Amino acid sequence: MKGLITAALSGLVFGAGLVVSGMTRPDVVVGFLDLLGPWDPSLGVVMVGALLVHTPLRRVIDHRTAPLCSTSFSRPTRRDIDGRLVGGAALFGVGWGLAGYCPGPAVVSALPGGPKAITFVAAMLGGMLLVHFLDGFAATRVARTAAAEAGR
Amino acid sequence: MTLQSLLPPLVGGMLIGLAASSYLLFNGRIAGISGIVGGLLQRRTQERHWRAAFVVGLVLAGLLLVPVVPDAFVNPLSRSTGALIVAGLLVGAGTRLGNGCTSGHGVCGLARMSPRSLTSVLTFMGTGAASAFAVNHVLGGAL
Repeated sequence: MKGLITAALSGLVFGAGLVVSGMTRPDVVVGFLDLLGPWDPSLGVVMVGALLVHTPLRRVIDHRTAPLCSTSFSRPTRRDIDGRLVGGAALFGVGWGLAGYCPGPAVVSALPGGPKAITFVAAMLGGMLLVHFLDGFAATRVARTAAAEAGR
Repeated sequence: MTLQSLLPPLVGGMLIGLAASSYLLFNGRIAGISGIVGGLLQRRTQERHWRAAFVVGLVLAGLLLVPVVPDAFVNPLSRSTGALIVAGLLVGAGTRLGNGCTSGHGVCGLARMSPRSLTSVLTFMGTGAASAFAVNHVLGGAL
């Protein structure tokens, strides 16, 4: 129960940060990405502010053996750089530059942001489901091939 | 652009850093929005209730703040429904393929000095700049 409250409060503060910083305005985001327009440094300043706070705090937190509401940390462990990472990031960037929404601001804007925001979020969820479906399909094929090989 | 106008992005960014730290300290997890939302859409997923609670917090932030700062939610960009759908599909699929977005790779990953996250951030900033340039300077600012 305590974990539910801390997760919801973390989401609330995260969302408030996105609103305060102007990141729920797609024109502010595109204003940063378009280096040849009237450049808006806001997005860069947001990242600096977030890193100024999170980098030292996560170092302190990482000294703990366990988080406060769970028995273990769930940290990313992969270090390899593959085509999927780069290709995925490239596709994400193209969509981000087209609409000016990335996942966080899109979710925060979904209800108060009008038809443009909700359209974007619906399509974004569709894109996520598409990858899950294709991954599931690929995993099934690998399993079937392995089973056929074993049965031969 | 004045120094004063940089204060809201700085304070907002610090709130984001604080929220990512509290999710790590209390729940032991990375505050990556595409991972949290994507995980909710999967059948077998860890800590579904925490993901749902985090998303409820995000949605609530929007609903609570829209009466206070309605201007923060205005979208003045000229984008057709078709363009928004294509952009949404790209963002959804791209962040799942690449395991993260501006929050997971951009904030949490860079704070860990992860080479994967640095690669991701440089890549999506690069293609983001290219597509923003294309829309604003090749296609005349509307899509």
